[in-house]
Amino acid sequence: MLLKNKETEDKFFISLKGEIDQHSCQKLRDHLDNVISKSNKTKIVFDFSDVGFMDSTGIGIILGRYKKFKNTKEFYIENANPTVDKILKLSGIYTIIPQI
Amino acid sequence: MNKNLMSLTILADTKNQAFARSVVAAFCTELNPTITELNDIKTAVSEAVTNCIVHAYENKNQDNKIVIEGIIEDQIITVKISDFGKGISNIEQAMQPFFTTKDGEERSGMGFTVMKTFMDSLEVYSELNKGTQIVMKKSIAIGDEVVNA
Ligand SMILES: Nc1ncnc2c1ncn2[C@@H]1O[C@H](COP(=O)(O)OP(=O)(O)O)[C@@H](O)[C@H]1O
Ligand SMILES: [Mg+2]
Repeated sequence: MLLKNKETEDKFFISLKGEIDQHSCQKLRDHLDNVISKSNKTKIVFDFSDVGFMDSTGIGIILGRYKKFKNTKEFYIENANPTVDKILKLSGIYTIIPQI
Repeated sequence: MNKNLMSLTILADTKNQAFARSVVAAFCTELNPTITELNDIKTAVSEAVTNCIVHAYENKNQDNKIVIEGIIEDQIITVKISDFGKGISNIEQAMQPFFTTKDGEERSGMGFTVMKTFMDSLEVYSELNKGTQIVMKKSIAIGDEVVNA
């Protein structure tokens, strides 16, 4: 799982890559915690463009980051493919982490 | 009736997750599924396999096996995923959205909900200390296929 990130004036974009499942989750979690805590932007955007596969493990990870950083950061999601979007919708995650 | 069968035994290890869902997807291709149908099946298989690895076997060892069977009968694919682990004490409760017995590990409790939503049917059979079997079916519509450019 490689992460390539980009910044705008008020947002920090984290590009998620590859397949998100139980096998990749620990590494992804560590990467995210690392880059989120280092960023000085308050708005964090998870860019799902390059996520080819995600199961419900991904929901746990995204919600986990939200819970961990919610006092200092706002989270957003963009570019989820239809299958990933279906899982995100099913979990109700967009009510706390909106799409942009 | 068009019929096909496959059976696969894997070690219950996360390194086999991607392999397991790809095998089932490859097995389905004779039904000409759409990309969406294939992704639905892959996701459901991934959920069931994850549960075997994470929940069924408390101790990681080389004897922990998962058996995956695929059956095609005309346009219907049936996937059976079995473990020989600890079993589920309350199936109805386990299947509720957001229910998880591993609260401290950032699990979403959405695995069964995803399987149910992404497949046409889901049955769960379990016996304590014997294991659990998940049976999922999905009908792949004829003429659903996307023309591959
Ligand atoms: N194969 C299995 N063996 C034993 N327990 C299981 C199995 N699959 C699911 N469970 C139980 O059902 C609960 C709900 O499963 P699921 O909906 O996938 O959520 P999660 O995996 O996030 O906990 C699990 O927390 C676990 O207690
Ligand atoms: Mg699960």
